[in-house]
Amino acid sequence: MLSQEKIKALKIFAINIRMETVRAMGTLGFGHLGGALSIADTIAVLYGGAMKIDPKNPKWEDRDWLVSSKGHAGPAIYAALALKGYFPVEELLTLNKPGTHFPSHCDRNLTTGIDMTTGSLGQGASTSVGVALGHKYQKKNNYTYLILGDGETQEGQVWEAVSFAGARKLDNLIAFVDNNKQQLDGFTRNIHDTLDFKAKFESFGWHAIDVDGSDVVQIYEAIEAAKLEKGKPTVIVLDTVKGKGVSFVEGKEKNHHVEISKEQMAQGLAELQLELDKEVEA
Amino acid sequence: MSTVLIAEKHETEKMAMRDAYCATLLKLASEDDKVVVLDSDLMSSMGMVPFLNKYPEKTFNVGVQEANMIGVAAGLSATGLIPFAHTFGPFASRRCYDQIFLSVGYSKLNVRIVGSDPGITAAFNGGTHMPFEDLGILRNIPDITILEPADTVMLQDLLIQTAGMYGLFYIRLLRKNAVKIYEEGSAFEIGKGVTLREGKDVTVISTGIMVKEALDAAEKLAEEGISARVINMFTLKPIDKELIIKSAEETGAIVTAENHNIINALGSAVAEVLGENLPVPLERVGVKDLFGEVGPVSYLRERFELTAEEIVIKAKKAIERKNKR
Repeated sequence: MLSQEKIKALKIFAINIRMETVRAMGTLGFGHLGGALSIADTIAVLYGGAMKIDPKNPKWEDRDWLVSSKGHAGPAIYAALALKGYFPVEELLTLNKPGTHFPSHCDRNLTTGIDMTTGSLGQGASTSVGVALGHKYQKKNNYTYLILGDGETQEGQVWEAVSFAGARKLDNLIAFVDNNKQQLDGFTRNIHDTLDFKAKFESFGWHAIDVDGSDVVQIYEAIEAAKLEKGKPTVIVLDTVKGKGVSFVEGKEKNHHVEISKEQMAQGLAELQLELDKEVEA
Repeated sequence: MSTVLIAEKHETEKMAMRDAYCATLLKLASEDDKVVVLDSDLMSSMGMVPFLNKYPEKTFNVGVQEANMIGVAAGLSATGLIPFAHTFGPFASRRCYDQIFLSVGYSKLNVRIVGSDPGITAAFNGGTHMPFEDLGILRNIPDITILEPADTVMLQDLLIQTAGMYGLFYIRLLRKNAVKIYEEGSAFEIGKGVTLREGKDVTVISTGIMVKEALDAAEKLAEEGISARVINMFTLKPIDKELIIKSAEETGAIVTAENHNIINALGSAVAEVLGENLPVPLERVGVKDLFGEVGPVSYLRERFELTAEEIVIKAKKAIERKNKR
């Protein structure tokens, strides 16, 4: 069980991740804002307590791994890593600048703390399965976390990996589906309906849990439940809102990759600051 | 450094290439727990059942899913393991090109991909399974090392070498019996071609099953008073530029011979080196931009002009072009 103090800390961490994400993308003027904001609460829970990590030793052999197969969530993860002390927060403002260590999509060779390179959708599913399998083979206790986009699950490779992980009973693998109901071209149900994730994963031999993906307590408790599930990988299906927390993108259609004006950035940061103040005072 | 002992007689080997592959991986796995094997439901075809029986825990047969196999191999290597992942050549290249490119190459991970049944040796599996394009597809991945061992001696040496190296490797592998080119005890240097026969009128640069054809062609040419140098360019990438330029300087005419489309593999790589350094007449023996088809290897050799006779014709043509200059 999480203490009230810990819950508050996770909520504040999530808001800070959103603020740094908005600041980095806003400074650049564009970015994959919708999908970075929808997954911010989960990233806060992972780096704020669920994952075994050491910011001073990013390649620590006993750490837990995160593979964000939706590689475009990179900026939200970079924000979490910076806030945890992997590198100075100011560096986030170099996002996508020439020679940066912070590209649009996750790159294990460029960013301290990023465990796997992703960007071509579906591929992180297979590589995360390989990482989990490698740890199991070497009798290590590391957990591997995988983040999938809901639109991303239209890729066949996702289901190759899901099928294999189920068959191999990889209980050291915990996946999330960021079910924010939108993909680049619009609402997922209008383009290629992804149907019932829980039922789909269960049919591949997975343990599946539905949670409110903006509730840090539900996310945390689902991860705890996943760790107790032996002989099966777990998927946590996150009911999320694309663009969560910033009014000019929240729930808006076609918010996958957006232009961000200086005014919008200021407005978004002000909204998040209000949230932050409310949380700190609560 | 290489120490190459060339066999006196080039006869069909007793041991199949796949059996040498299995024996070498058994040896590597016995010496290092980090060596693991992946396959996509072709372990029986690849003669890897003895490995599975001896090391079930080191064997990851993913079933029929090549793209996932490459990603899983990449993930395994990220945890420090040394994976060898096998499937048939077309599925080890064109079917999972994006996974090889990004999950392994761009990610700078450590995977050896083994693509079997090169070119016409896919024989009775026919055109769907006949890779005339695998090397062409993979050659433009930065930093990839592409190897095509000519016989069991070379195969064993190269497998052992790559196990101790880091990066993305593609090993193009005949499953059946090769013709013996090298004697036991030979050691090869990756990235350096082997000169099998000296000559001064023309150089035949060959790989895979075409090495024997090149040697036979050199014999036939000698009977007509033409002195042909024969090189086994077993590393397609990085290509041995030095040896190509030296041969162009010393013989003034080049023929390439490969069991692959003449586009994008050995013929193209040699043309690039010559074009940028020392343009001399070049003739390419290989598949002339055609799809594969079903049949016995003997038929397919003639059908796709992968013969010593074809090399002789092209060698004479290259020499004639040189003499006209």
